[in-house]
Amino acid sequence: MIALLIRDLRLAVRAGGGFGLGLAFFLLVAVIVPLGVGPEPAVLARIAPGILWVGALLACLLSLDRIFALDFEDGSLDLLATSPMPLEGVVAVKALAHWLVTGLPLVLAAPVLAVLLNLPGAGFLWLVASLALGTPALSVIGAFGAALTVGVKRGGLLMSLLVLPLYMPTLIFGAEVVKRGAAGMAVATPLALLAGITAGAVALLPFASAAAIRVNLR
Amino acid sequence: MSIWEYANPKRFMQTSSLLLPWVTAAAVLCLVIGLVWGAFFTPEADKFGSTVKIIYLHVPAAMMAISAWMMMLVTSLIWLIRRHHVSALSAKAAAPIGLTFTLIGLVTGAIWGQPMWGTWWAWDPRLTSFLILALFYLGYIALWEAVEDRDTAADLTSVLCIVGSVFAFLSRYAVLFWNQGLHQGASLSIDKEEHVADVYSSPLYVCIAGFVLLFVTLVLLRTRTEIRARRLSALLARERLA
Repeated sequence: MIALLIRDLRLAVRAGGGFGLGLAFFLLVAVIVPLGVGPEPAVLARIAPGILWVGALLACLLSLDRIFALDFEDGSLDLLATSPMPLEGVVAVKALAHWLVTGLPLVLAAPVLAVLLNLPGAGFLWLVASLALGTPALSVIGAFGAALTVGVKRGGLLMSLLVLPLYMPTLIFGAEVVKRGAAGMAVATPLALLAGITAGAVALLPFASAAAIRVNLR
Repeated sequence: MSIWEYANPKRFMQTSSLLLPWVTAAAVLCLVIGLVWGAFFTPEADKFGSTVKIIYLHVPAAMMAISAWMMMLVTSLIWLIRRHHVSALSAKAAAPIGLTFTLIGLVTGAIWGQPMWGTWWAWDPRLTSFLILALFYLGYIALWEAVEDRDTAADLTSVLCIVGSVFAFLSRYAVLFWNQGLHQGASLSIDKEEHVADVYSSPLYVCIAGFVLLFVTLVLLRTRTEIRARRLSALLARERLA
């Protein structure tokens, strides 16, 4: 499993285009929004939690088709499926690799972009906490979408259509944590629900994803 | 004699061809009675005027939009567990009908909302969760269309339907939480069922029965079409081989 994780990380870093692309996209979203809505600090402070979460979500979405599509094309997914490792484990490791390459940099970069968007000071901690808790769910749910569409040619657009509705609960609770945190309100409830969604998705969705991959490799 | 005998396509075609005229007639009867009664023979409500009459389309359509997804969930499970093709095909047949009901619910709601709330659209929990439901239907239908192999498509859409049900449920309560948490004062939605007097609710029940029957009619009809399309492509494949 560790060998697979290291292989996926290496591929993401060296093959070009994957690593950093999501991060650059996140940065661009955070830069484009003030250009669109105007630079008034009060307006930006109010919409910053939502923008940061939507940006993180779209950045995750961008790199999803790389999780399985390349391995499917060159046949290594067949090898992984016939290897002694359970396919559920393969899916979980690949989702973890996706999170390490996409989600983790987003979490680390978010405070810098929050400065650009004039997020109130109280919200920074909760922004990092909610992204750290929520982005694993984005990766796991995304891996499910990628598993469903791995056999479809030019499935990228279809995958967005499938994955975005699945992202909604995570988005709602994640942005709510930051919004409440920034306003100085109690964040325990949405934070617990966000963590619950992540825990449930991480525990259960690899089974659905593995089932979808088995169907697609049939 | 068990219920699974009807999963045999031939048996399903026989039974459904017998049932279909009766169900269709009953659906038409209920809808005509319910809608005419509701639209022309109920008094105007004192606060809402004649706009109250849109309830006879709005409520049944919204109910059936959710019920259709439930039916798809059950038939998807049956397909995954027992591999009955008719079951998978009926789920495929139900999806566009469910989407249409969802859109009818959204559009009639907007038409009612414009004079009553002063806006076509508000990010109210119910409205939002219905919009999300429509997106789920869209994704489901798109996946059926995109995958070429039919059994693969049936498997994948079934898995999507099950996972989607969980997330649709989560979204429904997520938006509830979100709006009640912050905008408690601006609760726009009135709980229609509880406030409706008998004069209005009796035709409403007839309309709901009509919509249920309409749904059954359309699902039977579309499933029969799917089975015929399946048979046709099997014939064509056989001809090509010969």
